[in-house]
Amino acid sequence: MLLPRIIRGLTFVILVVPLVCGLVGTALPAFGYLPTLGGDHLTLHFFADLFARPGIGRSILLTFATAFMTTALSFLVVIVFVAGWAGTHAFARLQHLVSPLLALPHAAAAFGLAFLIAPSGFLLRLVSPWLTGFDRPPGWLIVHDPLGLAMVTGLVVKEVPFLLLVTFAALPQLRLEQTRRLAASFGYGRIAGFSYLLAPPLYGQIRLAVYAVLAYASSVVDVSAILGPTLPATLPVRLLQWMNDPDLALRFVASAGALVQLVLTLSALALWWAAECGVGRLARFVCAGGARFRRDAWLRSLSLGLVTLSAFFIFAGMAILALWSVAGLWQFPNALPNELTMRNWARHLPQITTPLITTVYVALISTTLAVLLTLGCLEREVVWGRRAGHMVLTLIYLPLIVPQISFIFGLQVLTIITGTEASLVALVLVHLIFVLPYVFLSLSDPWRAYDRRYELIAAALGVPRWRVLMRVRLPMLLRAILTAAAVGFAVSVGQYLPTVLIGAGRLTTITTEAVALASGGDGRVIGIYAFLQALLPFLGFAIASLAPALLFRHRGALRV
Amino acid sequence: MTSAKGLVLSSIDIALAHRPLIALEAMVAPGTVLTIMGPSGSGKSTLLAYVGGFLDPVFTATGAVTIDGLDLTALPAEERHAGILFQDPLLFPHLSVASNVAFAIPSSVRQRAERRAIAEAVLKDVGLDGFGGRDPATLSGGQKARVALMRVLVARPRLLLLDEPFSKLDMALRDQTRRLVFERARVAGLPVVLVTHDIADAQAAGGQIIEVGMNA
Repeated sequence: MLLPRIIRGLTFVILVVPLVCGLVGTALPAFGYLPTLGGDHLTLHFFADLFARPGIGRSILLTFATAFMTTALSFLVVIVFVAGWAGTHAFARLQHLVSPLLALPHAAAAFGLAFLIAPSGFLLRLVSPWLTGFDRPPGWLIVHDPLGLAMVTGLVVKEVPFLLLVTFAALPQLRLEQTRRLAASFGYGRIAGFSYLLAPPLYGQIRLAVYAVLAYASSVVDVSAILGPTLPATLPVRLLQWMNDPDLALRFVASAGALVQLVLTLSALALWWAAECGVGRLARFVCAGGARFRRDAWLRSLSLGLVTLSAFFIFAGMAILALWSVAGLWQFPNALPNELTMRNWARHLPQITTPLITTVYVALISTTLAVLLTLGCLEREVVWGRRAGHMVLTLIYLPLIVPQISFIFGLQVLTIITGTEASLVALVLVHLIFVLPYVFLSLSDPWRAYDRRYELIAAALGVPRWRVLMRVRLPMLLRAILTAAAVGFAVSVGQYLPTVLIGAGRLTTITTEAVALASGGDGRVIGIYAFLQALLPFLGFAIASLAPALLFRHRGALRV
Repeated sequence: MTSAKGLVLSSIDIALAHRPLIALEAMVAPGTVLTIMGPSGSGKSTLLAYVGGFLDPVFTATGAVTIDGLDLTALPAEERHAGILFQDPLLFPHLSVASNVAFAIPSSVRQRAERRAIAEAVLKDVGLDGFGGRDPATLSGGQKARVALMRVLVARPRLLLLDEPFSKLDMALRDQTRRLVFERARVAGLPVVLVTHDIADAQAAGGQIIEVGMNA
């Protein structure tokens, strides 16, 4: 079949070409070359300029440290939780909760967290003034704290569900139950047994996802702008400020910074890789000593507590956002607003409509394209057998591991040169770069797990290949396809940096508007935007689970 | 030789990574059964895959498959019309029982109503009158097996491939289903290749028996 081959080539182009072009487009201005802005000779001047900026060292260090802390914490929470609880009822129940948690855009989760833990936030209101004696918010620097702890928390609560989901997908390939019993029969504690015997193969399977978390955390803009330190801010936030500065000369500095960002992310990955080796060696050393760690109940409870806490932060955060969006007067230290009103919505709805339409439109088109491309790639795999699977996987992860900011700067330059800046086409394409990997990752497992004998039977009945695909495989995989689409939709809705840069301020989405409102601090408006931002992906997932349930309501084998 | 009536397997040689799996030579006359017996892993299902046209590319295979003088070897699976039954009935779970059967009716029958009528008639023929609108998941094991059989036959295949189709049925049902399948294949004049490790299957089939993989 020719079509799948074309699609596979196209997928490769979409994943790799923008990356390469973007990096080149970033590197040239970084070294002073950008004729449209008068840069016509190569120079290292802008790197010197960058490193002379006040607090730049601290920005870099902060970025590095928060990224590493986020990844280490998220990974530890997930691996200890899985080690202590995999195979239990609590674990099975949690599996259903993870997808909606993952669907929530980072920015909405960050806002929710901010509204909970800020000095004027909900948690402190609950205990004021009867416990704390505060009748006005204390001057604590909890959100935007100089060490970036709030930012780390905001990232961890979102990365834990992501790593959990990846782990859920990897677990069936391990002999969990037998290994667990075997370890227990030798007298090893649950967590120790898992760590010695199952963690190494498990880690091998989720390694790329962990790298993606590290790369994301080291280059994130929106969460950092909402929760992160301000004086100085993390490197990516400052880069975006320079990029959007009216002084166009700062673009050269921003581009130099984007290259430094690339080096920063790669160094973080290298350090993580070194830490991997170190931890592995340590674990083997401890294991060789035969330590059993039988009393791990406290650690198991702690991990369950932390996972529950991160879920609580997200759900409670959403509730608070919803509440703020309909709040009338809501003074500190009142735990609840004086009145509930739709006035906020009525007042802001006119301004919301355009960004809302853009959000949905771009998300729908990029998701549809991503699903079609993924189906094409996977279909080709069926026809030709599964070759070089690992290469493909690495390729798929590439846009998730190279920091967005390092190549989207260059892509923006490219859109200016080609005259496509702030066009819907460019915005859809740049979203597609990030939607495609997630759609592929969530669809490939069910696709490969499909019982091929159904297709063999159909082919033996003399039915042409495309018709077998349309009438047998696709309907049977409808649920998986819609779920993958919902994931893609959520990813698109949540995109901040690509939207800001390629939309050039003229095409705005719910997400860019919400983040732009962050500095204003008007709870009601932020509540509306962040709530909508969270609502869209939830709707996507609701449709993805309701549509098959409705379509197949008389089909017992397809019910879940 | 190639003009003979029935299925001819000439100089079939199947290997996996240069390790020979199966080599055989056989003729199956219309309405008779060739039984391939062997332990699991002996590659007997691989032979069915080769005849059906869906052999995994990791295997290397040579030899010709002809039916009534027509060479199938170079044709893709969907043009061979080699009906197949697996261990599981594998009714399409998203289609009704009648739609499962109708899916198999050749596209030369164009009228929807006619396709529907054929499906209903075929179901009635095996005692499943009125089951057309049912969800396949609500059928018993024996009923599913009968629908699967009729689904294959209504496609008017040139031959029938059976991949241990009775092994998951319980004793009483197995015997009954076995008789039904062989009887229908005989009436339709289909050459049948049966793969099994159950000697009772082979005896009931009553045709030539080839044992494979005994030296492996």
